[in-house]
Amino acid sequence: MALPDKRGHFGPFGGRYVPETLMPALFELEEAYRRFKRDRTFKKELDFYLKTYVGRPTPLYPARKLAATLGGHLKIYLKREDLTHTGAHKINNTLGQVLLAQKMGKKRIIAETGAGQHGVATATAAALVGLECVVYMGAKDTVRQEMNVFRMELLGAKVVPVYSGTQTLKDAINEAIRDWVTNVETTHYVIGSVVGPHPYPMMVRDFQSVIGRETRRQILKSEGRLPDILIACVGGGSNAMGFFFPFVNDQSVQMIGVEAAGAGLDTDKHSATLTVGEPGVLHGMLTYLLQDQVGQIKGAHSVAPGLDYPGVGPEHAFFKETGRATYVAVDDQEALAAFRLLSETEGIIPALESAHAVAYLVKIAPKLPPNTIVVVNLSGRGDKDVAAVREYLKGKGDA
Amino acid sequence: MRNGAQAVEEAIRKANERGEAALIPFIEGADPSLEVTAELLWALEEAGADVIELGFPFSDPLADGPTIQEAAQRALKNRPTLSDFLAMVENLRRKGFKTPIVIMGYLNPFYRFGLENFAKQAQKAGLNGAIIPDLPLEEAKPWLKIAHRYQLAAVMLAAPTTPPERLARIAQNSSGFLYYVSVTGITGARNKLPEDLALKLDLARELSPVPVGVGFGISRPEQVAHLANFADAIVVGSAIVKIIAAHLKKPASLVKAVRDFVVELKAATKR
Repeated sequence: MALPDKRGHFGPFGGRYVPETLMPALFELEEAYRRFKRDRTFKKELDFYLKTYVGRPTPLYPARKLAATLGGHLKIYLKREDLTHTGAHKINNTLGQVLLAQKMGKKRIIAETGAGQHGVATATAAALVGLECVVYMGAKDTVRQEMNVFRMELLGAKVVPVYSGTQTLKDAINEAIRDWVTNVETTHYVIGSVVGPHPYPMMVRDFQSVIGRETRRQILKSEGRLPDILIACVGGGSNAMGFFFPFVNDQSVQMIGVEAAGAGLDTDKHSATLTVGEPGVLHGMLTYLLQDQVGQIKGAHSVAPGLDYPGVGPEHAFFKETGRATYVAVDDQEALAAFRLLSETEGIIPALESAHAVAYLVKIAPKLPPNTIVVVNLSGRGDKDVAAVREYLKGKGDA
Repeated sequence: MRNGAQAVEEAIRKANERGEAALIPFIEGADPSLEVTAELLWALEEAGADVIELGFPFSDPLADGPTIQEAAQRALKNRPTLSDFLAMVENLRRKGFKTPIVIMGYLNPFYRFGLENFAKQAQKAGLNGAIIPDLPLEEAKPWLKIAHRYQLAAVMLAAPTTPPERLARIAQNSSGFLYYVSVTGITGARNKLPEDLALKLDLARELSPVPVGVGFGISRPEQVAHLANFADAIVVGSAIVKIIAAHLKKPASLVKAVRDFVVELKAATKR
């Protein structure tokens, strides 16, 4: 059976846990999405921009030097989402949603952003389509990611710092939802991951599935068979879901989502929602959350700002329950080591988020049988992270 | 055992029979402390509250404006638990506290506690029901069943964006009262309420088998006096929470300031 069900549930997860004010807007969005999904002109327009503007299809690169470094017995491929316009997979979704909003007659786009990647991708799509754009960003993040704030402003977006709560991504989402509750009739909220109330997890998954569809075609062409293992990092989980989803019925393909163990799973500083969280309700969905004993949401941490979220997409929660995918966590140190390794061996500086996926491959490589085909989704490029990594390495006396 | 939902509805009907709209003041529990909350509840009862809405603080209150967000942040410093809240209510009831109390809170803390477990203990403690703003009709079935079993008010919300046919369905599933959200937006005082609010309330009352309470943005006695003609009950929240916030450094006068304001609001509910 195709999931989600009619009310947006993936097994027990997902759903629409939002204030009543938003329910009619969610019905409207779902109806519009289902209509345009089948609409040929809409598909053609989206495909046109994905090809000519985003730079799709992105290459599937055989990482031979990395493979050699890891023992020479594996066939390792990197799906190069880092080569898209704006430097990460986020644009696949924002372009789809902004085009949809335009078709729905919405005049105004809002978005949340943590590190700024989704904010930049939304501002980019809004500039292209010509819609007003407001991006909510935790006040702490606006300081940490000053360049991305400027980038969004260059693209014509207004960036609103959020001072409530922990002043990070989850609070930016709260504030975006508050804006949406207030301006729901004129405004479309572009959620940046496979999270939030139905239909967002489904819609974002579908827009991101272009990653997995291309990968499938490309690997069949170069290897003549499906891969054995897919590895992707998971924060909210959109790059992983888009990468996994087209392989979901291929039982031979093992899927591994890599969360951020931050400073360690035994500390309070991590983002390993599926690995150590518990089910609960936040931001319109029932899913795994980082929460305390009485159900208050905890702050998340990772060296990779894009993984820094105390929830996760409900379909990932479902994959965890059913065992269709496996979820693991690697810590900041391991991710930083992989960041350097990939830069040195392949000349590719990965986003710190994507470095988590590479780090897990490094960890399991010695145990994998010869000729195993592994595809890692390189969800974004690391230019945004070089300053932070430099600071970090300086602190270690290692730069 | 007394029926919690029925007590809420009756309190509202009784006020209506006296020629008044029922007044439902809101305070955030544990702001600034649970001890002060207990004192405030007594003051609200004395001031003539017909039903009381007691907020359970949540880390991510996405339907609330700055005033209640800040109250939640203050309250969370006390690390409140639902068990503490239930114990406080039980204690008040033992001392003869009469006014029906409904707890207002986001779903996750209840979910974590276990909805059934919560309902069972709420009934035992003498809490009358709950308002859960992020639990719309489509997701509410399990809760509605449980609330019914334990005779608690499951107060559902309708908004200006809710079409009439849907409003009727929501109202049929609501117990205690139907909470009509006055504005398309979040909680917090507003200078002006929507012009068509009276019309919308008329329609809601026509469609609803339970009394209709109106809330969000109502902060002044004049607004209460105006709406008393169109609603069975009126919820005032942020305006009271603001008074609490303003008296944090002068706790001696905090309770009195709230009581005085609620007396004034209650006087304005006369039709």
